[in-house]
Amino acid sequence: MKTLAVGTVGTLSAASLIESCKPEDNPKQVAATPTIDRTAAELEHDNKLMADQFFDEHEMKTISVLADIIIPKDEVSDSATDAKVPDFIEFIVKDMPRHQTPLRGGLKWLDLQCAKKFSYPFVDCNSSQQIEMVDAIAFPEKAKPEMQQGVAFFNLLRDLTATGFFTSKIGIDDLGYVGNKPNQWDGVPKEVLDQYGVKYDERTLAESVKFES
Amino acid sequence: MKPALNTGNVDVVANAMAREVLTDAEGKANGVSYVSKDDMQEYEATAKVVVLAASACESARLLLNSKSSKHPNGLANSSNVVGKYLHDSTGTGMGGILPKLMGRKRYNEDGVGGMHVYSPWWLDNKKLDFARGYHIEYYGGMGMPGYGFGFGMQNTNGKYPGRDGKQKEAGGYGASLKDDYRYFYGAHFGMDGRGEAIAREDNYCEIDPKTVDKFGIPVLRFNYKWSDQEVKQAKHMKDTFREIIHKMGGIVTWGGDDGPENDYGLEAPGRIIHEVGTTRMGKDPAKSALNKFNQAHDCKNLFVVDGGAFVSQADKNPTWTILALAMRASEYMIDEIKKQNL
Repeated sequence: MKTLAVGTVGTLSAASLIESCKPEDNPKQVAATPTIDRTAAELEHDNKLMADQFFDEHEMKTISVLADIIIPKDEVSDSATDAKVPDFIEFIVKDMPRHQTPLRGGLKWLDLQCAKKFSYPFVDCNSSQQIEMVDAIAFPEKAKPEMQQGVAFFNLLRDLTATGFFTSKIGIDDLGYVGNKPNQWDGVPKEVLDQYGVKYDERTLAESVKFES
Repeated sequence: MKPALNTGNVDVVANAMAREVLTDAEGKANGVSYVSKDDMQEYEATAKVVVLAASACESARLLLNSKSSKHPNGLANSSNVVGKYLHDSTGTGMGGILPKLMGRKRYNEDGVGGMHVYSPWWLDNKKLDFARGYHIEYYGGMGMPGYGFGFGMQNTNGKYPGRDGKQKEAGGYGASLKDDYRYFYGAHFGMDGRGEAIAREDNYCEIDPKTVDKFGIPVLRFNYKWSDQEVKQAKHMKDTFREIIHKMGGIVTWGGDDGPENDYGLEAPGRIIHEVGTTRMGKDPAKSALNKFNQAHDCKNLFVVDGGAFVSQADKNPTWTILALAMRASEYMIDEIKKQNL
């Protein structure tokens, strides 16, 4: 057993355990050397995760069709696939394995329902058949009892599509989030206070608020 | 850390898993043994004063694992209280949507944390059926979307008309759903109650006699039950939140369905991560592990400066009090070292 007096121990820095390589050589690899937000062990974990593939081509196609049904292009912004939501869903099931079986099983359930009704898996049905299938599982309060597993699946997919879309640049711009930039909080803007017919009291105005921007 | 490192008097040993506190033949602390996670080798750090701040349960674990002939019951544990009186904050919440805030004008609301509102405990327990109190934390606003943004829209968009003014079927898909996310953005509002649990001797952690971790260090096992005091407090939180949301003209979208069958949504003990009490301070060495300076009664050069020292948590988040006590203990240590008492 080695004995060290505390006074002789310097700060131990984590050595890079991963061979250096340019991220461009392998587009699925994250940075090779530890950075301010990733230790060597975390980088190893991330690289392994990114090199993995969970969904197969058929599942990814199905997810893409569903994602664009859930969040289509409209007059404000582009669609879920434009915002790379399927890639986000592929990533999130590797990062959060608890989503794997509910999604894989749900996709399978969906294909079986379509095979029974329309003789084709979901992606090969025509769009009115696809919408008919989605209508049966997209409305939890009026779905039939035998559709409940599909409702649970669609609720999860709707949630992940919304998160994937609105955390993308396209989605954040669509939402109108204007934070995460240098700012000085000077209270609620005057036109918003006027809209709700409220105002700050005199003391708060004098000490804490200035409407300068 | 930086100011401390700049003095030149600090060395940091990172990736070290402390195993036990070492003591000499007289029972004085003289160091810590640890395993380095970098090379899985055993090391010892020798010291004149040992200060533990591993957080309440882990410090208790270290002490209980530091048995010796002078400390047969674990270090600093002649009172037998180490590991006991463990408690966490109570917690339960409720949220809803405020129609007045739908379709909000956008502006940079990042400067507002917790809606700049906080409610300290405001009632008289003599008129209530539970002891102690709780504070309320609020949240909402037009924050930056993260994982979880938009979750549960099916619980919201069927309860209130969307931008077109028409009541719609909950859930759905398509352009109308997409607009719901925009329309309801910033209109959600939530409350969390954080309250004081009663510290009890029979809520405790102890060393598991059969299980070690991957470093061979015996682990803890827990014995903890909320009492009816905490459950009644949680019920009061729910009743209060429901009333506040209702009076604001809001609609409850989550947390409204909890009841006696699930302790009113009272979070599992430990979930609020304010664990304290396991090395409590006190005047009487027969009933406490530390004195008022976080100094172990049984071992003068051993200090524990994390939340384990608390006798009772109050309903406030403990971190600042932990810092204040640690500062006080540090000043005392410096003083005692100057007087050559340590």
